[in-house]
Amino acid sequence: MKHVAQTTEIAGQSPNWLLARLDDLVNWSRANSLWPMPFGTACCAIEFMATAASRFDFARFGMERQAFSPRQADVLICAGRLPFKLAPVIRTIYDQMPQPKWVISMGACASTGGIFDNYAMVQGIDTVVPVDVYVPGCPPRPEGLLYGVLLLHKKIKGESLTDRELRDEHPLDERGLRLPPDQIDEISEPFGNSVHQFRSA
Amino acid sequence: MNPSVDALRATFGTAIGRAAVARDGETVVFVQSGALWKIMQWLRDTAEHAYDYLVDVTAVEYRDRERPLEVVYFLRSLARRTDLRVKVELDQREELTIDSVVGLWAGANWLEREVYDMFGIAFRGHPDLRRILMWETYAEGYPLRKDFPLRGRFSRAEQVRQALAINPEAHYSLEELSIAEAYHELPEEMKERLRRGERGKIPNSE
Repeated sequence: MKHVAQTTEIAGQSPNWLLARLDDLVNWSRANSLWPMPFGTACCAIEFMATAASRFDFARFGMERQAFSPRQADVLICAGRLPFKLAPVIRTIYDQMPQPKWVISMGACASTGGIFDNYAMVQGIDTVVPVDVYVPGCPPRPEGLLYGVLLLHKKIKGESLTDRELRDEHPLDERGLRLPPDQIDEISEPFGNSVHQFRSA
Repeated sequence: MNPSVDALRATFGTAIGRAAVARDGETVVFVQSGALWKIMQWLRDTAEHAYDYLVDVTAVEYRDRERPLEVVYFLRSLARRTDLRVKVELDQREELTIDSVVGLWAGANWLEREVYDMFGIAFRGHPDLRRILMWETYAEGYPLRKDFPLRGRFSRAEQVRQALAINPEAHYSLEELSIAEAYHELPEEMKERLRRGERGKIPNSE
């Protein structure tokens, strides 16, 4: 890594010096050992599996071990649409993950509800859990997900240990919501083709 | 036309309504809701009909509000390789209630729960009539009814709030699916083997 591997040889001393900012070192190790917690509900999960398998192989980016327990996971990847019935489940999984933790919303449905603008579907998982990276696509190709992972690497490498707020837990408020109601309504508003659904309320 | 229809007419008379061959070649027969249990039992138990398999139970509501709701039963005779579709009409202005056929085909249990969940049709005599797809505290109504707005009745924020308040473990526990509860429905010889504590034999182990 550019920032970390700057070695300086001081005359007469041992050459085994490694000088780095603590932030760079910590972020470098965090970014390169992201253990994903797959939350696969639909066709995006197929692309997620392809990303994990040998041809695309996200182990190359330090994601070798998929954590099928939230207690050992760093990044929650929501791959697929999220029905309302699963909203408390993904919230519980997110709450169970220890800090530091990040969330990737994979695909159109996880990010916005996609084509499922109906009574049963959460219109974007950001109404339920905070999201760091949105990967568009229906479903995104493995390259798309890998690009999202690399964007997350970039984001992690920009974080600072001194910024304690980054690691604050934000449980649901007294209304049982993550965001104010009007903000959820605004996020969930129909767009694109959905606005032409004349028979909906 | 499936010959079972004529046999039904000969046996039950006016309880059997119109019958027709649908576009896929299957016979559809309308029956009166009051006689449903007797008709279904007869179709299952009479040797020359022997519809021993209930493929699906579903319901239809038409756009025309005057038309009644239909509950549809897809029957199949595995031995005779024959299908029959039985329909019951329910008047929208009256109570949407119909006899459950779980006593005849145990597989009707979840199918009828789904029809109840989506259409609000109550099945008399069902052992466990709860919602199955939507969660049990779902308060917006019956999603597949024509008067149900596509996006639901509540605002998105209210929907998210109610969804996050579900306790997913409250009603669908493993205990519910445990074999202990299903014990009395097991075949006699299996009960006997369980009583003796027999663990079964590994094939070719001798």
